[in-house]
Amino acid sequence: MSQVYESLSLANHSREIDAVQKVGLALGGIGVLLLFVAWGGIGLSSPALMLSTSIGLMTVGTLVYAWRSYMTVPEGIKNNGVWFDSLSNKGVLGWLFAIIITGFYVLLYFYPSLLGQGSDGAANTGIVALFDPLSRLLNGKAASQWFVYGTLYTVAILLLGFKFILKYRHNKYQLWRTISVMFFQLAFAFLIPEFLESMNSDQPYFQKDIKNMWPLNFYFYQDWNVNGMLGGGSLGLFMLFWGLAMTFIVSPILTFYYGKRWYCSWVCGCGGLAETAGDPYRHLSDKSVKAWKLERWLIHSILLLVTVVTIAIIYAYLKGDPGHKIWMTPMIFVIIVVVLSALVAAILLKNKTEVITSLGNKAFTGLLVALGGIAVLSVVAILTSGYDVFFIPTHQLKHWYGFLVGSVFSGVIGVGFYPLLGSRVWCRFGCPMAALLGLQQKFFSRFRITTNGGQCISCGNCSTYCEMGIDVRHYAQRGQNIVRASCVGCGICAAVCPRGVLRLENGSVDMDKRTTDLKAIHIGEEGVKLM
Amino acid sequence: MHIVIIGNGISGITAARFLRKRSEHQITVISAETDHFFSRTALMYIYMGHMRYQDTKPYEDHFWEKNRITLKKAYVKSVDFNNKSLQLDNGTLAYDKLILAVGSSPNKFGWPGQDLKGVGGLYSYQDLERMEHYSKDLKHAVIVGGGLIGIEMAEMFHSRHIPVTFLVREASYWDAVLPPEESQMINRHILENGIDLRLSTELKEILPNENGEARAAVTNKGETVDCQFVGLTAGVHPNIGFLKDTALEVQKGIIVNEYLETNIKDVYAIGDCAQASKPAPGRRPIEAIWYTGRMMGETVAHNITNNKVAYKPETWFNSAKFFDIEYQVYGNMRATLIEGHETIYWEHPDGKKSIRVNYNKATGAIEGFNLMGVRYRHEVCKKWVETQTPIEEVLANLGLANFDPEFFEQYEEFVVEAYNKQTGKQLVLTQKRALNAVSKFLSKLVKTN
Repeated sequence: MSQVYESLSLANHSREIDAVQKVGLALGGIGVLLLFVAWGGIGLSSPALMLSTSIGLMTVGTLVYAWRSYMTVPEGIKNNGVWFDSLSNKGVLGWLFAIIITGFYVLLYFYPSLLGQGSDGAANTGIVALFDPLSRLLNGKAASQWFVYGTLYTVAILLLGFKFILKYRHNKYQLWRTISVMFFQLAFAFLIPEFLESMNSDQPYFQKDIKNMWPLNFYFYQDWNVNGMLGGGSLGLFMLFWGLAMTFIVSPILTFYYGKRWYCSWVCGCGGLAETAGDPYRHLSDKSVKAWKLERWLIHSILLLVTVVTIAIIYAYLKGDPGHKIWMTPMIFVIIVVVLSALVAAILLKNKTEVITSLGNKAFTGLLVALGGIAVLSVVAILTSGYDVFFIPTHQLKHWYGFLVGSVFSGVIGVGFYPLLGSRVWCRFGCPMAALLGLQQKFFSRFRITTNGGQCISCGNCSTYCEMGIDVRHYAQRGQNIVRASCVGCGICAAVCPRGVLRLENGSVDMDKRTTDLKAIHIGEEGVKLM
Repeated sequence: MHIVIIGNGISGITAARFLRKRSEHQITVISAETDHFFSRTALMYIYMGHMRYQDTKPYEDHFWEKNRITLKKAYVKSVDFNNKSLQLDNGTLAYDKLILAVGSSPNKFGWPGQDLKGVGGLYSYQDLERMEHYSKDLKHAVIVGGGLIGIEMAEMFHSRHIPVTFLVREASYWDAVLPPEESQMINRHILENGIDLRLSTELKEILPNENGEARAAVTNKGETVDCQFVGLTAGVHPNIGFLKDTALEVQKGIIVNEYLETNIKDVYAIGDCAQASKPAPGRRPIEAIWYTGRMMGETVAHNITNNKVAYKPETWFNSAKFFDIEYQVYGNMRATLIEGHETIYWEHPDGKKSIRVNYNKATGAIEGFNLMGVRYRHEVCKKWVETQTPIEEVLANLGLANFDPEFFEQYEEFVVEAYNKQTGKQLVLTQKRALNAVSKFLSKLVKTN
């Protein structure tokens, strides 16, 4: 053991790319380049041709590259060179890519006019104008920066979803999950809302993506959306009731049966992008205990914040609705909030199962305090009878939440930093929907990742490729099942495990004992055994 | 009391962890290999770029201080058992109790050129460094030995597009352990990955270049294969060189009794280096695998902390991965069917998945499972084997064992079909893959015969 060799990074790790792959990359690259060309104002005389050429080239390029990369080799895990590649290992390419996407998000959210968004009725120019024909085709109106974003987002999920499917073609769970996110993005997030918009173009705008629910969709209860839905005929009323049902009935039930994965890695658009475009960066998530601590504080604070802001918004809305367009008064609303908080607290206290006690008393108390605090503050609001619940001007709360959480966190950092912090930064540290579903998953769900007896070899592939930064190995090597609030059930840990140790599954029989450890080989009173 | 553990692999570290859980003794772990415990089984993934070295460490670096386990980087030159003292390359260290978890090294069988530069096995972190070092400008590698490490090494070079010639002494890959069908499946898979597999071929000598590095390997068939690296993966042997000519009783490994005690008081041996004086029936005296190391580590910790328990590893299990084909085994499965056993074998038409179930012809009791490309539940298989469940009960409920991911096709009915074909019976599969049924089955108490 005395011989010393040079650094492990000396050898030439360059991944060999053959001519066909190069052609694919080139075609896709030209497709992307055309977008920049259009941004510069060139080719906008025939935007339809330009856009179809661009998207067509990106499609053909991705298909060729992905097919050549994965279909020429036997099926299986394809992580060779992940930590050597500049793009996936925070090298120059990774940083460059991060800067480009971050820049795009900054323009999109804060300087849309630079992308060509026409203001005050002026026609679009640049890249936004490029999308005008497609927008007219789908919803009858000129494009907006959000239409551009939605289209590119959908194209990214579809193309890179295809690549992901080829990469994991041996794994049916990955196959169906990816088809699902591709379908929900294309149909429910993109096409259907556009069609509905074109059919109801005379009515005020409200959001029409039926899979988008509060609290991820934090503007669901904002006055413009509520007014839009109330004035939006039968579709509007359906969206209102469906939106309420999603948060309070559909989602808890599905999470009870399948865990939060039914949403986070099967349906959600943010999750969809993370699982497809973000897949090459999943290993960059931070697995340290420190990061986990930060995660718990941050994500639950944001859930609390969005709850408070939403209560304030609804309260203010009801206060400002003296005509009683709807039957609910501020008083009834506060009573509902108090009863709901009490109900959840009662359920928590009554079902103090093994899973709940495993949390530790501090976190458990914290939860109860949060619930109590919400209830008390709501009552204070009705007693003081002002517009501004919690003594903070509601519109400011709304504004800052929208800016910091809705734009900066979920967009700029959440996606822009994929190549630096991993693909699920937003989902892990910021998304209030993930926080809410996570609490349900931890306390009221049949879902868990089962550890297969004593077969773990502590290799670390599961932890490394967990996009949520869960140290899966910590549980697997001691034979404990994994029941973590943050787990989105992507199933990659089970896929990359070289020893068949992990399985995502749901079961009711042992629901309250999901976290019992000591299933690995251990010493009992009678000797060494599997317990 | 000061407990010193030599070796920071899975055995030594498990011992340290459980000693800490069970006591307040002073614990020191010595290693010359790395500062911290890492998963040896993951070395290949570092080379392949799946993980970095730090990702292979199962515990964060602050874990050791927090748990008051002292890590000492040193090379133990000799042990003075009389004075309970270790001679290190950088000082001496006294102990009250000593745990030898010194692991093993790749075998060398006296081949000419076996000590040249660019020749080595894959066991330690330094072995990985050597591979990495010689991978630069490596045009061709030769691997000697048809076992688990050999195929890992082939996969490693393959991941870097380095052509490999794989010399296997046996007529078929790992056929001392795998039954013929499974062994041939892996032969096909090795070839599918473009490896130059040469069966029934042995290394005769390694030729040097002018710098004392390997330049070619000569086989016993007279062929000369040009190469710049030769991987020696023909098994391992315990690292007991520094213990020879002491009072410690050693043969191939360090002789231990069922409590993992050596012939010297207060000295224990665990893991790869331990040789059981009376191995359990059907078990080998030295079992150099991850799982046995982990179990011995836990056992020795109990024995040192006043809970005397014998090391009884119970039902055999193991796992591996051959390129893309996963392998699991539960129970007493051999390459050649044991006298009085019967086997049921099903293989998928794609030739990459198979299920083998063996049972005792006379009693009908299940003996074990061999799985290729299919995952089975450890606890279910173990319970069936240990309670000597009749084969037909096992087969009817075979879905309980299935551990493949959701949506994966279930092949249990084909196994039942194979059994029916063999016996002329009309057995029906009644239990498919289902967690609730598994939970009920596992919580049910069964009387052991």
